[in-house]
Amino acid sequence: MSDNKSDIIMAETPEGVEGSGFFATSFEKVVGLARKHSLWPLPFATSCCGIEYMATMGSHYDISRFGSERPSFSPRQADLLMVMGTIAKKMGPVVKQVYEQMAEPRWVIAVGACATSGGIFDSYSVLQGIDRIIPVDVYVPGCPPRPEQILDGLMRIQDLAENESLRRRNSPEYQALLASYNIK
Amino acid sequence: MADLTNELLVQSLQEKFGDQVFDIQEPYGLVTVTTTREHIIPMLQALYDDEFLKFQFLTTMCGIHYPDNKGKELGVVYLVHSFTHNVRLRIKIFFSEDDAVVPTATNLYQTANWMERETWDFYGIRFEGHPNLNRILNVDEMEAFPMRKEFPLEDQTREDKINTFFGR
Repeated sequence: MSDNKSDIIMAETPEGVEGSGFFATSFEKVVGLARKHSLWPLPFATSCCGIEYMATMGSHYDISRFGSERPSFSPRQADLLMVMGTIAKKMGPVVKQVYEQMAEPRWVIAVGACATSGGIFDSYSVLQGIDRIIPVDVYVPGCPPRPEQILDGLMRIQDLAENESLRRRNSPEYQALLASYNIK
Repeated sequence: MADLTNELLVQSLQEKFGDQVFDIQEPYGLVTVTTTREHIIPMLQALYDDEFLKFQFLTTMCGIHYPDNKGKELGVVYLVHSFTHNVRLRIKIFFSEDDAVVPTATNLYQTANWMERETWDFYGIRFEGHPNLNRILNVDEMEAFPMRKEFPLEDQTREDKINTFFGR
């Protein structure tokens, strides 16, 4: 592109060795860069936070700017589970199954008070936070949070995806984490 | 056909069941009677079959719990409707917490099937003869009955929302 006035910002080049005609960097950084800019969210929206997420998807906040172009309501090829809203205990196994069907690497955002802690519903029917059934990477506070906060949560996930070691998912710590949730 | 008045309805019930119908009240014009567990199904059946009354629709039924009412802690309320007269009738039964068994009304009303499962789920009242009496809205692993008064309103599995922080 020769037009300098373009407001398109290219992704930052990772650290590496540059010379005439070549550029060398570590595989990990390239993969991190690719993952960061190609997150595919699966919105699991049950209530008010889901409405905020819909605003986040709309043109004003435009979640697509962050390389999360096509929210998909299927775990197929999705790598970011966004749980938004109250999860009843009866719905717990459904959330867990959706998570289990996603392929590694996968991240989870718990959006809003209900998904993180059960919120105001300290009752017999509401799951007191989805981290009781699946591991969560980022918690977005608020009841419900503003779209800006959801975007911030997404950017925190981008940071995690960019800087995550390629071997992290094979590590004994990660296996132990999944085992503690009785997954696989 | 003559209109079905409350007087006529009460009179008709007393003719059929005599002493088995008691505690007759009319809050807001709705005839409310109490009967016993043994007589509830024959009574519903008689109301259903009656040529004149035709109480053939079960609007709702659910459990109630009065823990202070010793020996009669639990109850079931039936609300039946006669479409012919557009008149409703409320029938209550009470029994002990230790012996929470009631004969099913599913043979009479198909709609009682769901309602009885819900009542079992939330109040722990067993319905004898129900075709599929198990949890319906709560998780299967749940052991308590959440609509009973002794059941705590809050989830007891929480560790972080302790009273110190919430002033209660």
